[in-house]
Amino acid sequence: MSKNPTVELKLPILKNMELIATQTAEVLSKHMGLSEEKSGEISMALIEACINAFEHSNSKEGIFIHFITSEENLTVKVIDQGIGFDASEIAIPDIENKLKTNERKRGWGIMLIKELMDSVDFVSDSSGTTLTMVKNKDKNE
Amino acid sequence: MSKILNIEEPNGLVIISTQGYFNKDLGEEIQKTITDFINKGTRSFILNLSQSNIVNSIGASIIIEVIESLQEVDGDLAFCELAPIVKKTFKIMGLTKYCKTFSSQSEALEALS
Repeated sequence: MSKNPTVELKLPILKNMELIATQTAEVLSKHMGLSEEKSGEISMALIEACINAFEHSNSKEGIFIHFITSEENLTVKVIDQGIGFDASEIAIPDIENKLKTNERKRGWGIMLIKELMDSVDFVSDSSGTTLTMVKNKDKNE
Repeated sequence: MSKILNIEEPNGLVIISTQGYFNKDLGEEIQKTITDFINKGTRSFILNLSQSNIVNSIGASIIIEVIESLQEVDGDLAFCELAPIVKKTFKIMGLTKYCKTFSSQSEALEALS
């Protein structure tokens, strides 16, 4: 493995396939010397990103995941060739609004990704979506 | 891959221990189990997730429905032995505002009995 490897995966849209992506993330996090806490946060964010792409992209081609390592950070891109979405239409979930109402209990994915990663960016149009998320290394890692 | 590993009924409460990925399937299995016990009169539940160190928001969302069901009967749910990322996820989602968390099952049992 080179010092700053890049890994590319193509995942079929099948149940629990997101766990394959987390295994890759764990190996790369360890290679980079990231803490277990950060490794867990990356895996969790990745699970949510994969599930969003599986459920909402309507892609027929599976999804692509690119892991790009550097001295400073791990960048993960989750790419689908689906129908795209408008991030401004995604409501911020609140458990108090969800309890005792008919509001859908789900819809936490993007909030979790933003909370767990250091930076998150979406580029989306009718030809697909690329989610780019970054976890930075600390100076002592 | 994921399942309910064990169900114990000490001191009038129910402890459910799980194994594997806490996804939609496991969430629904937990929900069904708790609903069955609620219908039989149990009101206090402990969910031991020591062997489920990976979760997704779909599984965790089902816990919101469980909390709703327990609120209707004045019941409660507590978590114990959560992996750090599971605890953090539950905290971000607000689940820990409605469910106490304990570092060990014995600690949870002592507090809820």
